[in-house]
Amino acid sequence: MSRRSGAAIIGAAETTELGRIPHMSELSLHLDAARNAIADCGIDVSDIDGVAGVGRYPSLVAQQLGLTPTYVDGTSVGGCSFLVHVRHAMAAIASGLASMVLVTHGESGRSRVGVSGFRGAGSSPALQFEAPYGVNGPPTMFPIGVVRYMKEFGLTHEQLASVPVVQRQWAARNPRAMKREPITVEDVLASDLIAYPMHLLECCLVTDGGGALLVTSADRAGDMDLPHPAVYVAGAGEAVGPAMISQMDDFTTSAAFRASGRGAFAQAEIGPGDVDHLMVYDAFAHLPIYGLEDLGFVSRGEAGPFIADGNTAPGGRLPMNTNGGGLAYTHTGMYGMFAIQESVRQLRGTAPAQVPDVEVSVTHGVGGMFAAAATLVLTNHVLS
Amino acid sequence: MDVVTGNRTKLAPQATPETQPFWDACRDGVLMLQWCRRCSTAFFPPSLYCPRCVSDDGEWRVASGRGRLHTYVIAHRAAPGFEAEVPYAIAIVELDEGPRMMSNIVGIPNTPDHLVLDMELRVAFESRGDGVQVPVFGPGDR
Repeated sequence: MSRRSGAAIIGAAETTELGRIPHMSELSLHLDAARNAIADCGIDVSDIDGVAGVGRYPSLVAQQLGLTPTYVDGTSVGGCSFLVHVRHAMAAIASGLASMVLVTHGESGRSRVGVSGFRGAGSSPALQFEAPYGVNGPPTMFPIGVVRYMKEFGLTHEQLASVPVVQRQWAARNPRAMKREPITVEDVLASDLIAYPMHLLECCLVTDGGGALLVTSADRAGDMDLPHPAVYVAGAGEAVGPAMISQMDDFTTSAAFRASGRGAFAQAEIGPGDVDHLMVYDAFAHLPIYGLEDLGFVSRGEAGPFIADGNTAPGGRLPMNTNGGGLAYTHTGMYGMFAIQESVRQLRGTAPAQVPDVEVSVTHGVGGMFAAAATLVLTNHVLS
Repeated sequence: MDVVTGNRTKLAPQATPETQPFWDACRDGVLMLQWCRRCSTAFFPPSLYCPRCVSDDGEWRVASGRGRLHTYVIAHRAAPGFEAEVPYAIAIVELDEGPRMMSNIVGIPNTPDHLVLDMELRVAFESRGDGVQVPVFGPGDR
């Protein structure tokens, strides 16, 4: 019997609006996305028997949909949480704990409407041993390994700057992308330094938005009359690494990325060479570089030149971050949901910047600052 | 109480019972690390249990205070209390005993030219008010 999961994504949609949505609370963004995903696949709300989302949102969503689900997953490990939710839904479906799981994301990252407060004083390890040193949000911490990577592998500032340049080429083809104007390496390097070596254009957007998915069994998906072809979860992986970035054992690679990627490819019984399309969570420009290497698409030290040479650009041999990514499309704070959505669109053939003949798409997400990772191998046919 | 810099304050760490010995030593200008007697490993951040062998047979030892600059960013937007120092480095220091810690770099300009990876560093302490001191690092010769 195949170790492949037997789960399928049958509904997938983002919020109706994206970017600046000051008239909607975070909860409304969840619900708007959920309604759109339900409409996308044509199920009845009462078919949903499982809910997943970050923290307390699954129960809020259930309340507002009038449901009493018998499966809940509130896993909250940062931006890749939704990939983890899909993996857990896959296991729950395979073991009979749930049959139709709604995964939702909504975040008022830009407008901060209806957000739950959790930041502030405290005495956690990070607040004792990192925060006193002038850390000022992810830009001052997440890229802390980049100069080490540059020293060890010769990555240049120009190669790093090519990451947002290439993703703008994709975003230019996407009407929903927030940043669509073409940029050059010179533009990137001339933009404000936020936290050396990272410039403004090497940092993600901060936006409002959301997305939702409906996950069921591949068998059930096959019996349904769906408006869009099902997207199969051929493999999935997850891993957690050091919760504090200062405690990474190697600042040039993520152990969580590697473990998650290995797990996903092993379950799918394919390798990086079989992948037609790739999404790598890009909160900052160095993440696609780490992702390409840690997932095994290129060897250590090769990802910078690989991107700078156009291999991930439109027409390249490994199209990556084809919605424009967190750098140009949208980044609500926990971007992973949008990476999954783009993989689904590419596999359905409905992406604004559609890549020809995508049959296997990999979505890879990060949580926290290399504190978690999750990887999905998605296909539009059951792998034989 | 936090140190007032302009009209804003740098964050002062709040100890928990497990980390109190570390911060108490810092008040005296001493960097202490925990040492696992079972697997002979220094570890950080402070914990009741060794992160390598999960033993509870740890003891506090005075650290060498020496290390190397492993990696860094240079923040161009100040956290509260750091307005006068921007741009300033947030660094990872690899201590001679093995553990790594986040810190600031003092005594040299915080520029890419001066922040040479693997340069030798030596601990110093910066006041955060009320006797609280945090370990920072400056250049140090062997």
